[in-house]
Amino acid sequence: MGMTLVEKILARATGQPAVKAGDVVEPHVDLAMSHENAALVLNQFQEIYQGTGLEARVWDPDRIAIIFDHRVPAESSKTATNQKKVRDFVSKQGIGKFHDIRGDEGGICHQILPENGYVRPGAVVVGTDSHTTSHGALGAFAFGIGATEMASVWALGRVLNVEVPGTIKVEVHGDFHPYVLPKDLILYLIGKISAQGANFKVIEFHGPAIKKISTSGRLTICNMSVEAGATAGIVPGDAETVRYLNDDAGVKGRIEILQPDAEAIYDRVIQIDASAMDPQVACPHTVDNVKPVQEVVGKQVNQIVIGSCTNGRLDDIRIAAQILEGKKVARNVRMLVFPASARIYRQALQDGYLLSLMNAGAVVMNSGCGPCLGVHQGALADGDVALATTNRNFKGRMGNPAAEVFLCSPAVAAASALTGKITDPRKGA
Amino acid sequence: MTKVVLKLGDDVSTDIIYPGRFMATVLPTETPQYIFADLVDFNRRVKNQDIAPQSVIVAGNNFGCGSSREQAASCLKGPDFIVIARDFARIFLQNSINLGLNTIICPDIEADEGDELKISATQVLNLTSGKNFKVVPLPQARQAIIDAGGLIPYTRQRLLQTKK
Ligand code: SF4
Repeated sequence: MGMTLVEKILARATGQPAVKAGDVVEPHVDLAMSHENAALVLNQFQEIYQGTGLEARVWDPDRIAIIFDHRVPAESSKTATNQKKVRDFVSKQGIGKFHDIRGDEGGICHQILPENGYVRPGAVVVGTDSHTTSHGALGAFAFGIGATEMASVWALGRVLNVEVPGTIKVEVHGDFHPYVLPKDLILYLIGKISAQGANFKVIEFHGPAIKKISTSGRLTICNMSVEAGATAGIVPGDAETVRYLNDDAGVKGRIEILQPDAEAIYDRVIQIDASAMDPQVACPHTVDNVKPVQEVVGKQVNQIVIGSCTNGRLDDIRIAAQILEGKKVARNVRMLVFPASARIYRQALQDGYLLSLMNAGAVVMNSGCGPCLGVHQGALADGDVALATTNRNFKGRMGNPAAEVFLCSPAVAAASALTGKITDPRKGA
Repeated sequence: MTKVVLKLGDDVSTDIIYPGRFMATVLPTETPQYIFADLVDFNRRVKNQDIAPQSVIVAGNNFGCGSSREQAASCLKGPDFIVIARDFARIFLQNSINLGLNTIICPDIEADEGDELKISATQVLNLTSGKNFKVVPLPQARQAIIDAGGLIPYTRQRLLQTKK
């Protein structure tokens, strides 16, 4: 019997010849990632050891990654104190993959892991963040867990009681039009299958159009798979994966790639023609309220946000800079740009993109989660409308339940910044 | 017998249950004060302890979608709510089980605020409407965590076994 990619990964991580959807397994973890919520994880971790007489030591400090990104630099003394507790824990336990608030190696966790080569094809990755699905872009099985579950992983090195998920296969054919981006593909898919269309399932991406998408775009697609409810999104590794790991992430040596079997059993197969796709916009207040951009053009916006773990990478910033080069952001709009990592920030600086954006009137912020989750910066006024390249538009997501958030690609966001209204980038601004 | 104190629709996200702006607060003992912070009246009733333990929140599909923040489960666990939904989002459901929050999957549930319910392992009886609704049992693997009293004691047991 054939196995899907995730079945193969879980068979390997449990030392079994085969597993199938529905089996309960306890896979070994290759990488366990947390951000500021490590403060809660370490609280729960210490509780596990209470009364055992054992010393509380993590199972493998080299397999734990902690990245400060959600509220950097700290927005409150409470956050700062939590960060301090985590820092102390990191140094006491000797945790190797720690990224503090720094302009050389900091950034958003879902960018830091790939760009440092921490994630490999075939790995089992867990993170205390729902968008841990991002790392499926490198052919890993990566999924979000809660803080208590992470504490259990820190203690045991395995995730307990994992039900092997069924898999939905998505095949994408055709060529994308210019200004139709990977973000549009994933928004389109979420609109088609709904916010719970992939609940408890993995989405495996295939087809010639996926092969042509760079790792950056694959990260966007896998990142938002969770918005369809998916446990994970995954792109089987290929030549692009090896190129990214060797050239961009500096990984030395051979990279082994796992592939699903040809006879793998899928719950469902979905075919998508990329050449028929328009730029997409997710309208308030659910991510699956997706419409082609032409149905919402003209909607007035107050704030444009380009950034986040979804679309804050160099190609996203580049396309925005190209659209805005030599032009001005409309007077009635605030435009915020936050690169996903310090590395991307510096590259965008060297390449002149940030200068183009600033000359146009955009505010460039430090890398981190910034306005994405509404705790820190860029809060919205009552009645404000935001157009963002982030991944969630739930009521209150950007800090104000009396505001609206629309989601789109960086091309739609940049074109709309010039007019102050939602604009189709294909028509020019 | 227990009472429905809040009725919600589909796709209630963790941003609604526990807004991101309170995420700096992490300890389960402190999170209940921010429960449904933007449903101001409900939040006030919880804070004033106007709601009896074991009261029920009823929701539609995909309850707890969005962020993996565990505060969304711990803020409900503190005041001892029971959550009955047609269906839950994965991470929220797992967090609830790990913390011992009582979550009941009841795909056809119909109940309004004020309704009295009688809950058993296999069904929810709405005493107000007289209707009966089937409960979907949790997978066995999850039941084992509940039986141990949550994931912390469960992991502790496993740890002691492996170190022996
Ligand atoms: S950028 Fe937004 S979605 Fe991504 S990890 Fe940060 S808060 Fe979460």
